[in-house]
Amino acid sequence: MGEGDQAIHQRTLAGLAKGLAAGEFSSRELTEALLERIAKHQATLNAFITVTADQALDQADRADQARASGNGGPLNGLPIVHKDLFCTRGVLTTCGSRILDNFVSPYDAAVVERLAAAGAIMLGKTNMDEFAMGSSNETSFFGPVANPWDTKLSPGGSSGGSAAAVAARIVPAATGTDTGGSIRQPAALTGTTGIKPTYGRVSRFGMVAFASSLDQAGVITRSAEDAAMLLGVMAGHDVRDSTSVDHPVPDYVAGLGKSVKGLRIGIVRQHFDEGLDSQCAASVKDALKSLEDAGAELVDVDLPNIGLSVPTYYVVAPAECSSNLSRFDGVRFGHRAEKPEDLLDLYSRSRGEGFGAEVKRRVMTGTYVLSAGYYDAYYLKAQKVRQLISQDFRNAFENVDVIAGPTAPTTAFAIGEKTDDPITMYLNDIYTIGANLAGLPGISVPCGLADGLPVGLQMVGPHFAEEALLACAYQYQQLTDWHQRAPGGFL
Amino acid sequence: MDTTLHKAAGIILPPDLLHLSHRQESPENPVSLTKEQVQHIATLARLQLEDRESDDVVEKLSRIVDFVDQLQAAPTDDVLPMAHPLNMSQRLRADEVSETDQRDFVQQNAPSTEGGYYLVPKVIE
Repeated sequence: MGEGDQAIHQRTLAGLAKGLAAGEFSSRELTEALLERIAKHQATLNAFITVTADQALDQADRADQARASGNGGPLNGLPIVHKDLFCTRGVLTTCGSRILDNFVSPYDAAVVERLAAAGAIMLGKTNMDEFAMGSSNETSFFGPVANPWDTKLSPGGSSGGSAAAVAARIVPAATGTDTGGSIRQPAALTGTTGIKPTYGRVSRFGMVAFASSLDQAGVITRSAEDAAMLLGVMAGHDVRDSTSVDHPVPDYVAGLGKSVKGLRIGIVRQHFDEGLDSQCAASVKDALKSLEDAGAELVDVDLPNIGLSVPTYYVVAPAECSSNLSRFDGVRFGHRAEKPEDLLDLYSRSRGEGFGAEVKRRVMTGTYVLSAGYYDAYYLKAQKVRQLISQDFRNAFENVDVIAGPTAPTTAFAIGEKTDDPITMYLNDIYTIGANLAGLPGISVPCGLADGLPVGLQMVGPHFAEEALLACAYQYQQLTDWHQRAPGGFL
Repeated sequence: MDTTLHKAAGIILPPDLLHLSHRQESPENPVSLTKEQVQHIATLARLQLEDRESDDVVEKLSRIVDFVDQLQAAPTDDVLPMAHPLNMSQRLRADEVSETDQRDFVQQNAPSTEGGYYLVPKVIE
């Protein structure tokens, strides 16, 4: 099927760029069509917290003018939505929390700024787990997001709104953030492509902080090519983020053509243990076979400490979050309790009313592991185990170019299925957390359907290997069409 | 569990924190934190817990703490703690003003201000 036969909302960013360049439609027409689609599916999916229609139409008109005069950035007139964790000047930025349900950001996040400067048009802000703490989008103050493949199911999280919107062909691309798997896991559960870059690759300036040594911004798209287009714009040094790395940004799109011939792909045996659903395992193995048939070499690698990544994460991330979330105190911005008796009451009640149950649990876990007498036994211990896990990856990457396996242990699960037990929910991220602890880039691409639900293949590379990951994902998407499968009700 | 944990880590608890260390241990009751301990943590974290959420918090927080306890078994002698994924050090910059004054604009988000100040309940009588 040629691009000309495709409805506008079914096109990828690359396809839309061609359509705009060829004058098939204007940015305004495109924006209007997608705004209509957002409205049409909001009641079913709840993927959005805010829709910025007027602003988007203004931007679209400017993009059309720029194109007419031969100007315009690399993403001129292309639509995008942002996870509601990115600060957007003059627009509500809630982070999925009641405590920020009235917060209008006074500035733009670096990611928002860079994409806008390249000409991208923001259509709205997507729903998410509160403060990105969750793997199912159920902790959002604004209610759960439904998975377009089956609306009784969760799209995963925390970037659940972004993933659902892209999967449902509402928008071609969305930003996300990934602290323990929050881009890759929802991408896997919704049949989309999601990349978490190397820690420090993309500026965290203007991202509401959850766990600062783990948080990283990325994108959810419908193809590796689209992810490459966006990442090239988003990546790069920013003095406003002290952990942003001054490292050259390659032309990711130009690098997509690199063949997988001779690529050494590491397979971690533990990732195929009994914790993995058998149908998911079969899909992932098929994907690895396709890559092998295309000339890649599959090599067994050992990550001896990877089994400790989830408990390590659940010390480090809550510790950092308990510190980061201390800024929400009812004084300078956000929710404030009514008629506080004294300052302590103001703090405790504003936070008690403003935070949801999962955020409270994590703040308290973090407070506990950092408290006097427990710091060495938990926090310092976890930092040491984190070092061991990182060392395992360093050793593995001496022998292989990427490590590949499943993104998530199962396909999408029912809304409400895992909310009673935090540990069961946490184990969703068993395959993704390692990359965050070690600061490595990771990508998830659709690699099959199990009982009609998408399965994700995850590839993790050494620091700053985004180019290789995107090329491998792109090559895989030339061999298969899983990334083009759309959920039935959203064609 | 808790006692051995602290012996292993060579930690001596100050008397005022001793009450945090008496985690219950019984096979029938997997809950390892008490309601009082959880309340103390909530106070440290400046979080008011409603009575109706208290039992749930005690139960789930206990499960989380028990879950992360498995780290204790990992041999980490001579391992340096990892504080940064890329082992970078913090960059320094010249101590120069780089922001413009946007106080009034920024304070539009504040629940209560007066004359450029943030208002809170009286702290000193």
